[in-house]
Amino acid sequence: VKPAPFEYHRPTSADEAIALLTEHGDEAKVLAGGQSLVPLLGLRLSRPAHLVDVNRIGELSGVANGDGLRLGATVRHHTLEASDTVRDGSPLLAAAAPFIGHRAIRNRGTIGGSVAHADPAAELPAVLLALDASVEARSGRGTRVIPANDLFTGFLSTSLDVDELLTAVLIPPWPTRAGWSFHEFNRRSGDFAIVGVAAVVRLAANGSIDGARLAFLGVDSRPVRAETAEAVLGGANPSADLWSEAARQAAAELSPTSDVHGSATYRKHLAGVLAERALHDAHRRASED
Amino acid sequence: MQKQPVAMTVNGRSRDGLVEPRKSLADFLRDDLLLTGTHVGCEHGACGACTVVIDGEAVRSCLLLAVQADGTEVLTIEGLEREGAMHPLQQAMRDRHGFQCGFCTPGFLMTAYALLSERTDFTEEEWREELSGNLCRCTGYQSIIAGVRLAAERLTNGEGSL
Repeated sequence: VKPAPFEYHRPTSADEAIALLTEHGDEAKVLAGGQSLVPLLGLRLSRPAHLVDVNRIGELSGVANGDGLRLGATVRHHTLEASDTVRDGSPLLAAAAPFIGHRAIRNRGTIGGSVAHADPAAELPAVLLALDASVEARSGRGTRVIPANDLFTGFLSTSLDVDELLTAVLIPPWPTRAGWSFHEFNRRSGDFAIVGVAAVVRLAANGSIDGARLAFLGVDSRPVRAETAEAVLGGANPSADLWSEAARQAAAELSPTSDVHGSATYRKHLAGVLAERALHDAHRRASED
Repeated sequence: MQKQPVAMTVNGRSRDGLVEPRKSLADFLRDDLLLTGTHVGCEHGACGACTVVIDGEAVRSCLLLAVQADGTEVLTIEGLEREGAMHPLQQAMRDRHGFQCGFCTPGFLMTAYALLSERTDFTEEEWREELSGNLCRCTGYQSIIAGVRLAAERLTNGEGSL
């Protein structure tokens, strides 16, 4: 399990990293926390000729809460779970972070790395969908903001171009009268989820649902937003029957595959169960907000 | 491939070397510095045997390139011993029979060391969660949990220091 040889670059600025990506194109890979990429290198499933290590680029490591959260690409998962700024700015993100791997993994793994890697069973891509988050991407052609909805295009695939560097994750201000929930099911703590779900429920002044977001992980080749269920929830009055009906609709639209961890039927069932719990919990938190 | 110079502090000593960029920190520690106490199990981050402490945090040394550790402060299992005597964490693990074959032990100890340097009042449930990233195929974990809890208890009571 040893990587094939590569040339190692350690830029200290985003501009320098972008210049390297521009020069080497699809021969280059960005190395952030390395908790997914290094195993892929070792198994030789990825054989880049150039590795661009972005860990020493200071401008990528900031956490700021102004008009929403701005999280630099190399912010570590452990920071997401431990930082008060993150918890205040996005309680769902802070609550989902401890589900990522184990502590030693979270000490190195980064938000930008997880999002750019786009593992369909990973926590953060689904959380970004539920939060209506975006990412900032920079290249020699300029800077653009990509909504999470348009980012995840397939298995381990994103709409980032080969010469683009994901520089930050942008999370809109946490809405008022909103509640969140994150549930996942796995066989052992720290494993990838068999199925997971992130939910946000926003209430109007009269107690009806102003809007809801529901996003699944582990059910497809990419994280999936349950838009039909979200439409059912919008404007409705909260009730146990509503959670169960929305969860049923959400699960009905999923087309998971079977693998060694669980059959498609089992995953669909689990998705419905977890979605119902998540909506219930998110609503409870919204009522307390 | 061109080798690159690396320099880091390992167990309080300045160490340097010349490595291929693809070499992991685990292999650098073992093959270049001959610090074979750090064990390499799965080599892809799943088993935790290679865990070392870098700048105060537990890290998988198989998932970090040696060149990435340049300039850091690394603590390995060899750095725990104090003038020939066992570290309180090692002693507590021994007192509770916390190892059998010993392969996973360095990873467990370095993970526990990093946790104990944050606080010592973990509940049993928290210990189980925090150590769930380290696999042991012999003990069934009970004696490992007993060992780290004994270490935490002794440290809390001021019997020894980290």
